[in-house]
Parts: sequence; C-alpha cells; structure tokens
Amino acid sequence: MDQIGLSPVLLVGAVLFVCGVVCMTTKRNGIGILMGVELVLNAANLNFVAFSRHTSLGLDGQVMALFVIVLAAAEAAVALAIALNFYNNHLTIDVDHGDELRG
Amino acid sequence: MSGEQVLFWLFAITACAGAIGVVVNQIVVRMAVSLIVCLASVSALFFLHNADFVGAVQLMVYVGGTIILLIFGIMLTSSSPFSKIESSPAEGFLAAGIGALFLSIIAFTVTQVEWKQQAEKVAAVSPSASVQTGYNPASDGNTSRPLAMSFLGLRPDQGGNAPGYLLPFEVVSVHLLVVLIGAAYLARAKRRAASEA
Repeated sequence: MDQIGLSPVLLVGAVLFVCGVVCMTTKRNGIGILMGVELVLNAANLNFVAFSRHTSLGLDGQVMALFVIVLAAAEAAVALAIALNFYNNHLTIDVDHGDELRG
Repeated sequence: MSGEQVLFWLFAITACAGAIGVVVNQIVVRMAVSLIVCLASVSALFFLHNADFVGAVQLMVYVGGTIILLIFGIMLTSSSPFSKIESSPAEGFLAAGIGALFLSIIAFTVTQVEWKQQAEKVAAVSPSASVQTGYNPASDGNTSRPLAMSFLGLRPDQGGNAPGYLLPFEVVSVHLLVVLIGAAYLARAKRRAASEA
C-alpha cells in the first residue's frame, strides 16, 4: 500500500461520499435515503482506516471506524422503525407524500 | 504493478461502481444489491490496509446485518418487490451535475495536499508525534489483540498512563441496548384505528 499512497483511497472515499449525498437528496424512497446514509458513513470509515495506515494515527483510526460501524447499525435500526411507521400511516414509502405537518 | 496494486484498483473500481449503482438505479431491490457490492469492496479495501479486524466486522455487521435489515424494510414497505418511484430525467441531470461539482471540489482538496511532506514536517518538529503506535504495518494485520486491549482500557503500545477506550466502549454498549429497545417499541405492531371502527 505504500506504493499507492494516501490520495487514491481518499478519492474512493470522496466518490462514495458524493454518491451518498446525492442519494440522500434525490431518492424519494425512504429506504433509498437510508442507503445514502450508509454510503456516507462508509466513506468516513474508509478515510479513517486510510489515515490509520499511512500516517501516525495508528490504532486510533481503526477504533474510530469500529465505533462508527456500531453507531451506524443502531441508527439504521431506528431509521427503519421510523420508515415502517411512515408506511403504516401513509400507506406508501414515497417521502414526497409526507408534506403535511400533522399525523 | 504488484499484486497489491492490482487488487486495490480492482476493489476501488467495484466500490465506486456499486456506489454509482445505488444512485442510478430506480428499483430499490437493485439498489440494495448494488450497496452489498459496494460494502463488500470497502471491506476488501480495509483488509488491504492491514485493518483485518475492522474488515471482518464490516463484513459481519454491515453486509450481514445492516443490509439484511434494509432488505427487511424494503419487503415490508413496498407494494411489489420491483416497485419503482419514478423521478423525472431533468432531476437526474441536475443531481448528476451538482454531484460532479461536489466531487471535483473534494477531489481537488484531497489531491492538492502533499501528505508525505506534511508528515515529514511534523516529524522534524516533534519526532514523538510522528511515530505510529498501536499496530505495525510490517506485521500485516494482527490488530485484534491491540484493539481488544484498547477497549479494555490498556494501551501497552503507548506505555505509561495512556488512556484506552474503555469508557466509550461501555457507553456504546448501553447506547446499542437503549436504541434497539426503542426501535423495537417504535416498530411494534399497532392496531389501526380505522380497522377497529
């Protein structure tokens, strides 16, 4: 990995991050928005592990990546519960139908 | 090109292709499959960076847990497995344009920094801050034991009284328990008022 250096991995992380943000902003399916969130978190994880390998960050980068994975799993569970409640109330998962500020 | 470089470029391209597949696909089940490809490639990239424990956890928790949860959500919230929610092509062009601009900003920022020069500058000023502690890339992995000891609060690699990660570990454990109880309560089966009337 020393021959490749740091920049190509950060570029891969950048592509994942931009795809996640575009997914979060353009998808109308609620589950699609959750997938965008997972992409953003994985981009951050890739950055952490890359810096852990190539700079003096060392083990701390991998510990941060582990915490990010755990918190992302917790957040996916809650977001899925919210999506299920949305579907129960509106009978569709299209988030464009959630435009009234009342139940 | 060494084998490591070939593997890196292979998994980098599949990760980017999977991520772009998530954005481009309109059918949500195909988005989930594309996301599986992307996350498995990211796990392979973790292994290539000598982060063997994080790569294994990524495979088990993300690909084997979170994606399964998302697929459950897809199956529970769609009227048919291949349901599409259409969006106009104009929105697609606008999103692609803004995404390309955003990517160019980030790529420019990342590639303009000379990481090796910065590391040398830091090493010249304070040699102790530039020493990589915790795991040695020359040992090709074996990060499970240092990670486990750091979660117990011990950092034998840094010596002295360096604090480990015991407190965040305990906090995250309780956090997971509370969040999963809350999610199970939120997602319980409720009787609809309309069906009772």
